[in-house]
Amino acid sequence: MEPPLRLVVANPLDRLARTLEALLVVATAPLSLEELCEATEEEKDRVETALGLLAERYGEGRSGIVLEQVAGGWAYRASRDAAEACARLFERPVQRGVSQAAMETLAIVAYLGPCTRPEIARIRGVAADSAVAGLVERGLIAEAGRGDGAGGAVRYRVTPLFERVFGLESLSQLPRLDDLGDDVDAIRERLHAVASQRSA
Amino acid sequence: MIVRELELDLDAFEGPFDLLLTLVLKEELDLADVDVAGIVLGFVERLAEREELDLEACGEFLILVSALMELKARGLFPDEEAELAELEPEEAAEELARRLAEYRQMKEAAAWLRERLAGERDRFFRVGPAPLAPEPERRLAPQDPDGLASVLRLLAVAPPEVSLAHMTLHFPPVAQFLERFRALLRSRSMFDFDQEMEGLSRQEQAVAFLALLELRRANQITISQAAPFAPIRIGRTEETGASNERTPAWNLRSA
Repeated sequence: MEPPLRLVVANPLDRLARTLEALLVVATAPLSLEELCEATEEEKDRVETALGLLAERYGEGRSGIVLEQVAGGWAYRASRDAAEACARLFERPVQRGVSQAAMETLAIVAYLGPCTRPEIARIRGVAADSAVAGLVERGLIAEAGRGDGAGGAVRYRVTPLFERVFGLESLSQLPRLDDLGDDVDAIRERLHAVASQRSA
Repeated sequence: MIVRELELDLDAFEGPFDLLLTLVLKEELDLADVDVAGIVLGFVERLAEREELDLEACGEFLILVSALMELKARGLFPDEEAELAELEPEEAAEELARRLAEYRQMKEAAAWLRERLAGERDRFFRVGPAPLAPEPERRLAPQDPDGLASVLRLLAVAPPEVSLAHMTLHFPPVAQFLERFRALLRSRSMFDFDQEMEGLSRQEQAVAFLALLELRRANQITISQAAPFAPIRIGRTEETGASNERTPAWNLRSA
């Protein structure tokens, strides 16, 4: 009779990695390092090391499931190789139908949030009500308190779903505002030229 | 060619040009949504279909479309128009440049986001309501059994003994006072209740008062008092002497 198959005794770090794996499979949103530490009752350093192990195991090209750092936490997603098959059954949230107005509003909230509808309208030059309502409905932005003073306008900020849909680890991954709009100087020159003509 | 009948096919509007103007003037259509360049394109295309240049139509179109442009431009800075008008041209230019720069940046940020979204189209992940968090365990503070015992001990004290003193009280029969009052009224037409009570115990006074009420009920006496707490005066009626035999046979205990 053959001896029974012997399992390799897991070292403690490997056991922690398994527990993290289980937590991440149950979660439907990224889990933060703090949440993982709380659930496993482990130190940050050890959880991070175990996450490193998992990230290696579930890397793009190695597995159908990929562990990624996104929206301030850790989460599993499908590998990019499987995207075609996934697309036959599922639709990514918010992939389609985001109007230009909605995208500009989203950019303003992402960079300047929490901000109010009047603030958004001031920058875009047109009312932002329907764009804001649409983005709230899609779960990309959410209310974040009210502006200063009594009866202050509702403020909005982007949600973790926004970061997840756009594949951002955090908002700091957005391009720097100073690097955007480099034709602004040209516009300024032209405006000043017109102004000096008119005042002359 | 009649400009007002120019058929338009825009994102926000489809129909003749003059309906568009009517809707805009009635504020039923937001000019910000109207693509003015699209209107110009539509007109130029119609113009190109003809061999001759229709100068009159061109002139009319220019006037209409420039009015539309001005309305739209004003609409973009609704409340700040006056504010800008007060500024010197250089200041206004600087203010406009600042606003344009701000908007320009956001427009480019929006473009970056759109590009990013397209680049992420092959990243599929789970979304859904989060699984419920477990109900928090209700933890009690550590307790000292002696504390509980001492509190219980406070509750376990025997209740104070009930006084039975009233059981031994002696009540004279009401009839005794009925007789006494009737006898008094036979010799006098009136007497003072308080005076008669002098020297009697509380219980005897109470029974005497009951006797008074009884006599009054039988209409054998009159009771009068000048003011609250003033002496109670008892007088006789015609029946006082006649109804001796109707003495009720009850006393306080039977009441």
